[in-house]
Amino acid sequence: MNNLAIPVWGYWLMGLCLAGFVWMLVYSLKKYRGMHRSLYAWPYGLWMVVFTVIPLLLIGYYAFTDKLGNFTLENFANFWDSNRSMKRELMVQGFDPAALGMDARGTVNVSTLVYSLWMALICTLVSLVLGYPTALIMADRSFKMGATIVVLFVIPMWMNFLLRTVAWMSLLEDSGLINSLLKLLGFSKVQLMYNSQAVLLGMIYNFLPFMVFPIYNALNKQDQRWSEAAMDLGANKWTTFWKVTFPISMPGIISGITMVFMPSVTTFFIPRVLGGGNTEMFGDLIERTFLTADDWNVGSALSLIMMVLILFSLGLLRRVDPEGEGGSMI
Amino acid sequence: MKALKRGYLGLILLFLYLPIAVLIIQSFNAGVSRAKWEGFSFRWYQELFKSPDIMQALYVTVTIALLAAAASTIIGTAAAVGINAMSRRPQSTMMMLTNIPMTMPDIVTGISLMLLFIFSRVERGYFTMLLAHITFDTPYVALSVLPKLRQMNKYSYEAALDLGATPGYAMLRVILPAIRPGVITGALLAFTLSLDDFTISYFTTSPLVQNLSTLIYSEARKGIKPTVNALSALMFVALLVLLVTVNHRTSRTTN
Repeated sequence: MNNLAIPVWGYWLMGLCLAGFVWMLVYSLKKYRGMHRSLYAWPYGLWMVVFTVIPLLLIGYYAFTDKLGNFTLENFANFWDSNRSMKRELMVQGFDPAALGMDARGTVNVSTLVYSLWMALICTLVSLVLGYPTALIMADRSFKMGATIVVLFVIPMWMNFLLRTVAWMSLLEDSGLINSLLKLLGFSKVQLMYNSQAVLLGMIYNFLPFMVFPIYNALNKQDQRWSEAAMDLGANKWTTFWKVTFPISMPGIISGITMVFMPSVTTFFIPRVLGGGNTEMFGDLIERTFLTADDWNVGSALSLIMMVLILFSLGLLRRVDPEGEGGSMI
Repeated sequence: MKALKRGYLGLILLFLYLPIAVLIIQSFNAGVSRAKWEGFSFRWYQELFKSPDIMQALYVTVTIALLAAAASTIIGTAAAVGINAMSRRPQSTMMMLTNIPMTMPDIVTGISLMLLFIFSRVERGYFTMLLAHITFDTPYVALSVLPKLRQMNKYSYEAALDLGATPGYAMLRVILPAIRPGVITGALLAFTLSLDDFTISYFTTSPLVQNLSTLIYSEARKGIKPTVNALSALMFVALLVLLVTVNHRTSRTTN
């Protein structure tokens, strides 16, 4: 376990943090009223600046520079046309890319992004369609087991999510459980793995609880007397649902959509296992650009584009739900 | 109608538990194959404790989860107390600092930390992974403690001071007991998040230091050994037993 050792500077850093805390404690334990409690937030603020803000600025730095460190927008142009650098190389060497028939636009980045957004959208919609009735049944007052079901939804998350995703392979494979069952019943074999549907299944499987919880929470807060009042005033069940229950669950829906859509766009393990490389998504593309192609500049530009997209969609959702109930599930 | 509702819930739960059942059954399979059942055996459970890779991954996962949870609970709780006592403008700055990492996708967090470590010429390994885990855990702790601080009576701290308590004493005896549930929730959340993290660990460690997630990832392509299944089955059962006993004890004390 030699490689688990903590480096020397690590001890220094830990020592420094500890000294800071001890200093703060001693300082506040002394009868000194000038010590304001807001000082307690300083270590945190410092930590977040060093480990969140500076790294983000680094991504920005790499996105706007080339390999030599000069300012450039080339990395963003590369997003639109991934063949750009190859074509320029040809031009430098005196060839005409058009004459060689190599002037086509490299569309891989844009099409991967569109594909990811499409997959994330479908995943979110299916999760909503499956999750909303689930939350509705769980929140029903006559159904006493709501809290138990919540626990039953949490328990699977304790098993490593990669392992659970891999377990789907054993179910979906050509020689897997589902196909064996089909064979037993006399049907022919179905190709279930290595396509978009398998990836979607894996995504929905992993993210469905994040749709159910916020909606369940929102519905649970509802005062039962409101729907009773609506019924007393002559509304039928259907009208009561649309005019009372549904609007109340709206903040839950918004935060559920956020919590499913965001990880779906950026997932990079599920497509690799269940899609078998036929279904690259934007997270895979970023990981591949950084670690396989070793191109930090283009990779950073791709990350920035994704961040902007996510912030933009979060902003849109905030408009629908201005009170900012999003994330209230935690 | 009632039967229909129950049936629907049952189907959703079946969907959630099917792969877990498959995993646990596979861990008792005598053969290596995922598809073929070759008889019941404890073979993989015995091999589990002889495999240095898995034992090291388990050690890394658990110690990092514990250390990261402890560190982020201290930093995050202190942060919440500080933020709560701040005036409006610095408070909104701090809330922004908290919200940035929460809205960042995991892959961007991981990559940006990787860039930081490479840029500052720090060799990636156990310690960088620990730093990364503290970084993504701490905002969750701060956000679970803050509501408790908002709920508590603003003046009880000042009353303690007026009655002669030092600020430190008042912090330990007045504020901490009032926010304890939030602190415990935050610590548990941090531990769970850290235990299950893959993406951020993947970018902030070296291939020499694997946690369970990155180990599974590197094995996923050549085929995962049933020993890993055995280990997660064990961990799953351990957590389940823990949950049941904790529930049992709390329900007994409330009765």
